[in-house]
Amino acid sequence: MSVQLKNSGDILIAFLSGEIDHHAAAEMRFFIDGELERSMPKLIVFDFSGVEFMDSSGIGLVLGRIRVISGWGGKAAIENPRPLIRKMLSLAGLQKLIR
Amino acid sequence: MQDIRNYMKMTISGQSKNEALARMCVSAFAAQLDPTIEEISDIKAAVSEAVTNCIVHAYPDKIGDIFIELKIIGEDTIYIKIKDKGIGIPDVKKAMEPLFTTSPETERAGLGFAVMESFMDRLSVRSKEGSGTTVIMTKRLNGRYEQTDK
Ligand SMILES: Nc1ncnc2c1ncn2[C@@H]1O[C@H](COP(=O)(O)OP(=O)(O)OP(=O)(O)O)[C@@H](O)[C@H]1O
Ligand SMILES: [Mg+2]
Repeated sequence: MSVQLKNSGDILIAFLSGEIDHHAAAEMRFFIDGELERSMPKLIVFDFSGVEFMDSSGIGLVLGRIRVISGWGGKAAIENPRPLIRKMLSLAGLQKLIR
Repeated sequence: MQDIRNYMKMTISGQSKNEALARMCVSAFAAQLDPTIEEISDIKAAVSEAVTNCIVHAYPDKIGDIFIELKIIGEDTIYIKIKDKGIGIPDVKKAMEPLFTTSPETERAGLGFAVMESFMDRLSVRSKEGSGTTVIMTKRLNGRYEQTDK
């Protein structure tokens, strides 16, 4: 599995790795949503340090989780994107989530 | 006349696991132009978008064929054609607008064409409802093609 989750009460950190495309995103989404809905954190942090490739399916993945967490007023942040990922996030207007 | 120095054609089955395979094949072909890491990532992203569109949109209820044609044109340009015989696009201009998607419920962002457009030098999309879609992209790379024997 290319997602590792770390839950510290209010914050859920999702360490993503490998290649995020339409094929991989389906499984990642299912896995992250299970934990999101169980623990209802205030913040989800996507750690992209292990992600080697991403296309627009990765944007769909982030936007979809933001939709879920905003159901209870939660927020999202992004950490450690590589240059290609950063370029993709900027194209989608999500660079403001990088911290 | 195009100065075609090398080419490759392939047909792949439109299963989602083949998205990664298509990216790998195209980046292996592009390697002869000695691209930078950034150029290779750009090409992989654009190919991933076009192939995923065939899988997700062109053949919504079945697994169809995806036709990929690659060329090296002149010393420094890669040409990529990705074609399907799927449902086609009724309004190409509208489909190419950033954030436009016909599948929001499956978490599509509507950014595929925007990625192809901004990561490649040229993008052309031809489509006919009921018969399919052809995407052609080219990119000039900074490396150069090494003339080989024969
Ligand atoms: N090969 C194709 N066959 C049929 N329709 C297509 C094809 N490619 C694109 N489309 C149509 O064009 C729209 C826009 O495509 P685009 O790739 O920009 O966004 P998307 O696929 O909806 O979302 P994303 O690529 O961000 O996941 C699609 O929603 C679809 O309606
Ligand atoms: Mg797409």
